[in-house]
Amino acid sequence: MTALLQHPGYDEEKLRRVAEQLPCREVQAGLLLSLMGEPQQYSYPSIFIYGHRASGKSHVLHVLLKELELHHATVSCVECVSVALLFEQVLLSFFGCDAASLLPRSPSLSDFVRIYRQQRSQSPAKQTRYLVMEKAELLRDSDANLLPALLRLQELVEDNVTVILLSEIVWDKFRPNTGCFEPLLLHFPDYSKGELQQILSQDRHPSYSAEFYSSYINILLGVFYSVCRDLRELRHLAALNFSKFCEPLEEGKVKETDTHKLWRNIEPHLKKAMQTVYLREVSSLQWEQMQLMEEKEAGALRGLSAHTHVELPFYSKFLLIAAYLASYNPARTDKRFFLKHHGKIRKTNFLKKNEKTSNHLLGPKPFPLDRLLAIFYSVVDSRVAPTASIFSQISSLVTLQLLTQVSHDDQLDAPKYKCAVSLDFICAISRTVNFDIVKYLYDFL
Amino acid sequence: NKIYKRDTRVLQDELNRKILDSLLDFTRKCSSARQHSDWASQMRANEIPTAALVLGVNVPDHDITFQSLSELLHQSVTPHVASVEAKECGGTQLKVLERLMDTVVDDDEEEETEHTSTQLHKSVNCSLSALCDWYITKTKVGGQSTTEHERQQQPPVVIIFKDLEAFNPRVLRDFILICSRYIERLPLMFIFGIATSPSTIQRMLPHSVSSLLCIELFQSLSCTQHLATVIDQLILTPQFPFKLNAKVMQVLLSIFLYHDFSVRNFIKGLQLALLEHFHSQPLSVLCCKKKEALLNVMQLSHRDLERIRQLPSFKRYVEKQESQEQVNLITDDSHLKETCRKMIKGLHKYHKNYYPILKCLHTLTSALPRYPLGKQIRELHLTCLEKNVWENEDYQSAMKLLKMLAKDDLIALLQRCGEILKPVKSKKMKSTAFQLEELLTKFKQLDSNEEDSITSPIKNLQKKTDLFQLQKTLLEMNETRRSKKLSPFEILRNEALEFIDSLVKSHLSPPESQTLHEVCYYSSSATVRRHLNATPRTSIQAALSSPYYYLQNENLKTEDGTVSNAAPDICIAYKLHLECGRLINLYDWLEAYATVVSAADGNDPDSDGYGKVDEVKHARFIRSVSELEFLGFIKSTKQKTDHVARLTWGGC
Repeated sequence: MTALLQHPGYDEEKLRRVAEQLPCREVQAGLLLSLMGEPQQYSYPSIFIYGHRASGKSHVLHVLLKELELHHATVSCVECVSVALLFEQVLLSFFGCDAASLLPRSPSLSDFVRIYRQQRSQSPAKQTRYLVMEKAELLRDSDANLLPALLRLQELVEDNVTVILLSEIVWDKFRPNTGCFEPLLLHFPDYSKGELQQILSQDRHPSYSAEFYSSYINILLGVFYSVCRDLRELRHLAALNFSKFCEPLEEGKVKETDTHKLWRNIEPHLKKAMQTVYLREVSSLQWEQMQLMEEKEAGALRGLSAHTHVELPFYSKFLLIAAYLASYNPARTDKRFFLKHHGKIRKTNFLKKNEKTSNHLLGPKPFPLDRLLAIFYSVVDSRVAPTASIFSQISSLVTLQLLTQVSHDDQLDAPKYKCAVSLDFICAISRTVNFDIVKYLYDFL
Repeated sequence: NKIYKRDTRVLQDELNRKILDSLLDFTRKCSSARQHSDWASQMRANEIPTAALVLGVNVPDHDITFQSLSELLHQSVTPHVASVEAKECGGTQLKVLERLMDTVVDDDEEEETEHTSTQLHKSVNCSLSALCDWYITKTKVGGQSTTEHERQQQPPVVIIFKDLEAFNPRVLRDFILICSRYIERLPLMFIFGIATSPSTIQRMLPHSVSSLLCIELFQSLSCTQHLATVIDQLILTPQFPFKLNAKVMQVLLSIFLYHDFSVRNFIKGLQLALLEHFHSQPLSVLCCKKKEALLNVMQLSHRDLERIRQLPSFKRYVEKQESQEQVNLITDDSHLKETCRKMIKGLHKYHKNYYPILKCLHTLTSALPRYPLGKQIRELHLTCLEKNVWENEDYQSAMKLLKMLAKDDLIALLQRCGEILKPVKSKKMKSTAFQLEELLTKFKQLDSNEEDSITSPIKNLQKKTDLFQLQKTLLEMNETRRSKKLSPFEILRNEALEFIDSLVKSHLSPPESQTLHEVCYYSSSATVRRHLNATPRTSIQAALSSPYYYLQNENLKTEDGTVSNAAPDICIAYKLHLECGRLINLYDWLEAYATVVSAADGNDPDSDGYGKVDEVKHARFIRSVSELEFLGFIKSTKQKTDHVARLTWGGC
């Protein structure tokens, strides 16, 4: 497996350790190494690495830079909500906190470049400095000049620096329309099943043999590979279910080599795990507790989505029902549903050409506050005074995300809302207040 | 009545204790799990432990819960607790961090005089890495001084998100992503406060983010249960002399059930009623503990005694007395004081007996099908407060249902009643409890007798041999069956129910029948309603259409539906605009306005200036129109330039 990484300028021993830590990524690591060249040589100004989640981008770079003891700074773009933070972190890890404190209060790009050059002249680079930007797709949302500047940072600061961008998105989506320096593109392909097997087998339990663990991984992959190829997720699942796998072994029923029996034992559990743990319905802690419990009790522990019941005050329920009706019925049909003597108007009379599709397929439509209240008053049986608490209930429904406010935030000028609950939910709600909502829905006429 | 307030506070804590304890356990477990280094937890190390706390939609109540939660955490688990609210943390995660830094770091600055943390806080921008550095220096210092506490070395940093739904999902997502990068160095922990249902977590966060969390669910008590305990502890007890009458109770309950589900608001309403009662009713000096009340009676002034004489309940009482007694009561102050003492005693006794019997009746009826007297004790309490329960139809039907109960059920129910009655101290209740015991023993004795009674007619049957006799006995048996000769059990059952019925009749009479009930019962439901359930629009319309209502100026007094000429400008403009359609022509409106105002000025209708628009009138008009616009009655429209659109309908 160790197709040894070799490159002049680096210690053999270190390279060997790197290779050990990077299974199945030798090709990419080797390519990167040859791009980087020897430590003191100038490297290509910017490299763009892309690949799916958990395809080892950050890991490869981290191991490479760390083990080879190269001067580097790793920055996550999620964390740098402002450019100031970004600049500060870069300067901090390149030149120490004195440099970072030189930055003005809200630094611009040119401030950054100025301070960088100043610092560079004081402590010139003997080796290439590497700046690794994780989750680089977020750079697109920041200032327009930031990405192009980073791509040719080497030129700007006249230093031996290389910027490495890591992203899950291809470069084509990055290219600014003003044009920029093209970085070198490097793709990390997804791991294959065999590679996954190899990687997962590495973090084996210390008290069991390697073969035993890899046979476990084999079984696990057999169940989960069809639904999930994310390495992180698989690793999580492997860790969770291993104790169950070992159970018959500890009881002394089976030997380590008897894979068939072990498989028979674990398979139903894995199937169950696929339904709950994979979707994070049940947290890992709870899952472990569940495995300790008896089989029959396990059913008592329900997943997150099982608790959908929401208790609401009486009028809030009706407000929500009114909102749902307003969202899914065309405004023209209100007369037919809520007027006492609406006469016999058939659905066909209402039907316009474009309305043949169900409103439920099109999703909720916005409606003004007046319409909501008008429907509300006709839906509620008793007379309701328009008190302040009715209005505050509307806004509390908005904060609970059962309604959403569309358009502007101006409360004075006829706000518009949308109903954000599902048909099942509203049916359950209306059942509790004895209101037959289906009778009032245009789609089900 | 500080006792009252303190009690509510204690009660709240009591209620939340259970869930808070489980949460505390969770945090402890999480923090200790970090120290363990077994294989499984290592594999899980990059998950942030998260507690999802489902609290129900009664958002106003959550504050108390979170407050006591963070206090408890502070005391027992970790000094680093920060709670963030959505409205404080605007649009970006920077704000979240800022808040976080503020609360976490500031808390410690108070404790320690070390300047390292302050310097750090000022010099470095708010970021999680700064927090992390701070935490590391902090724990190092702490580790040297308190080496004996191993667990204390790494207390977790707990972040409470008070209202998860209100957070911007993007902000939350990014924040969690950032936190997960630091989880190895910084033992973070989240607590989510969720108002609706736990599935919101999945709705707000994508799988890639939620997989970074290790979520455990905690369900708090539902708010109706919460309310039931509050009512049980505060209202259905003779301990507090202050009471609500049926209407006020109804208002408070309907606000709770129909509007907000907030127990805190319910308690606030109760406090308001309390305040109003002591403020508006001078005789409320007598509304206190029995001993004090009796003392206070002796100190009543002549004016207070006159007030007592004015009370409707007292008048009713006087009318029932003989003529000599009547004269005495009305003229002799000291005699009145004596009777008052008696009455106060009677009132207290009434309360002492009322609640146990109410609870008994509730236990009996709450098990019945269809709940004729209500599922919750508060409903029964309300009917009892309103009028004589035993005249209620539902009560009759409940009694009928009770008469059909099987033996075992009835015995179980009666036993429970006995348990309720036992701890009560009053003499009457002791005797009733005793009587109940007797009934129960009778029921038990039935068991042995019963078998005989069933078999006896058949035994007789076997004895008879000749046909005529047999026919006769059969006929007799038939007859007895038709006349429903009751079995001993049925007789006993009826006896028991009659006993219950008599109890109800003697103790559950509504408080209005008691003399001096005004002392303890607060009855102004309109005030409570006005204060707690405001109707802004109605009051604005009332102010505009009849300004006299608020201004109390005699000039403004008019018949219904009209507005005097002298009314404020805005009232006139409002009145005129009611007569228009959807679009209002501004010029016509101005003309009409000028005419009305000129009449008010007392100008001669025939003179030139009459109805003319001068600058002052014009300005006054514009001002009132813009005021109306501000109040939301009209708005400018793009359909016609010189028109405004009306926004309200009806309500002339």
